[in-house]
Amino acid sequence: MCLAIPMKLLEVQGVRGTVELGGVRKEIMLTLTPDARIGDYVIIHAGYAIEILDEEKAQETLDLLREISEESTDGTANLLS
Amino acid sequence: MEPLTYFRDAHVVRQIARETAHLHLSQPVQLMEVCGGHTAAIYRYALHDLLPPEIKLISGPGCPVCVTSNDFIDRAISLAMLPDVTIATFGDLIRVPGSTRSLADMRARGADVRVFYSPADALEWAKAHSERTLVFLGIGFETTACTLAATIAEALRNKVENFSLLSALKTMPEALRVLFTAPDAQVDGLILPGHVTTIVGWHAFEFIAREFSIPCVVSGFEPVDLMETILMLCRQVAEKRASIENQYRRVVQKQGNVRAQELIREMFEPCDMSWRGFGVIPESGLKLRSSYSQWDAENVSVEVEPTQEDAACRCGDVLRGRIHPTQCALFGTVCTPDTPRGACMVSAEGACSAVYQFSSGHHGQ
Ligand code: SF4
Repeated sequence: MCLAIPMKLLEVQGVRGTVELGGVRKEIMLTLTPDARIGDYVIIHAGYAIEILDEEKAQETLDLLREISEESTDGTANLLS
Repeated sequence: MEPLTYFRDAHVVRQIARETAHLHLSQPVQLMEVCGGHTAAIYRYALHDLLPPEIKLISGPGCPVCVTSNDFIDRAISLAMLPDVTIATFGDLIRVPGSTRSLADMRARGADVRVFYSPADALEWAKAHSERTLVFLGIGFETTACTLAATIAEALRNKVENFSLLSALKTMPEALRVLFTAPDAQVDGLILPGHVTTIVGWHAFEFIAREFSIPCVVSGFEPVDLMETILMLCRQVAEKRASIENQYRRVVQKQGNVRAQELIREMFEPCDMSWRGFGVIPESGLKLRSSYSQWDAENVSVEVEPTQEDAACRCGDVLRGRIHPTQCALFGTVCTPDTPRGACMVSAEGACSAVYQFSSGHHGQ
């Protein structure tokens, strides 16, 4: 149930929105995230956006991770091969 | 931004694992996760295998389907037998055995049991089928409670009278308090559920570090997130600290999602709730406030069969972190995902199912 993948908000009509990830679109409810704007990444649970992803903080974490992976070979190996 | 690639980077995961090993923890460290999503991710990416032997990962009461008790399933089955009722639920629950049968058994016998991905979809279905009474089985924690609160508020606004809720909604902090108060609790660090915490805020779990001196870290769901969380917990153990830290900063805030909390409070009030493995925990559930009793399927009077427990299934011990699934005598022989004896083998987020599907020796089965 906890699909944690952030999806991009493409359209908003009242409390309804359309999100997209990797070409897959989904209709979702925005009741719990009234501040979500088109272009935001939102976290979806049971058809509702439950939070807006803070891209700045995501970037901070990514920068930290890059530091770690730079000590490595190429850092592109993907667990989901 | 393509965050997923980095959060799944195998090399980064290994690098963090190596750093964890370098802490040279002298004593065994037992870390518990209390979110079904974390359980599934840990086994799927075989994170155990990357950790030094002194670090053990165990699962707690975080899989919503697994902690749903038999009496709730029995009640849902009784409702399913009413001629004009349609039962709506999240997928996994259907196959969980109640005292003598499952909702899937009832469906095979003609009951109208439907799976919905979202309560909002179920509400739309109810609108289009006014001749049926739809009973939504509300299982889950705060993350699900807020979506149901929003859906019922919507039903209210649109005067949809054939939508109702049978609630087994649970709140996580109370269960963790019971778990850690027990004298046999052996948890050296807690991986906090990322999405429950998204809703309630991490301050709701501060008491665990303060009162029980257990290090806590809020975690995201990607392998890199979980590995970083494990490292953060082990650092606290090594430094003999117990505080609450937030690895999932990109989503979780201290105060949580205030709008979601308001909606939960508006529609629900706390109630005693029965948990598989724990029994009834006071004030650990959510029921609709009496002003919304019209939408509460608890008020439908039906005869429910006496509750029975399968004495051989050790889900209760699994959910309390007392045993590893493989320590159950039925694991992998009598009980498999195709022939589940207990809830923890049914749900994809259950510890028994995760261990069966992703541990070596069972691959590809
Ligand atoms: S292996 Fe099956 S029978 Fe044993 S505890 Fe898990 S679900 Fe219950």
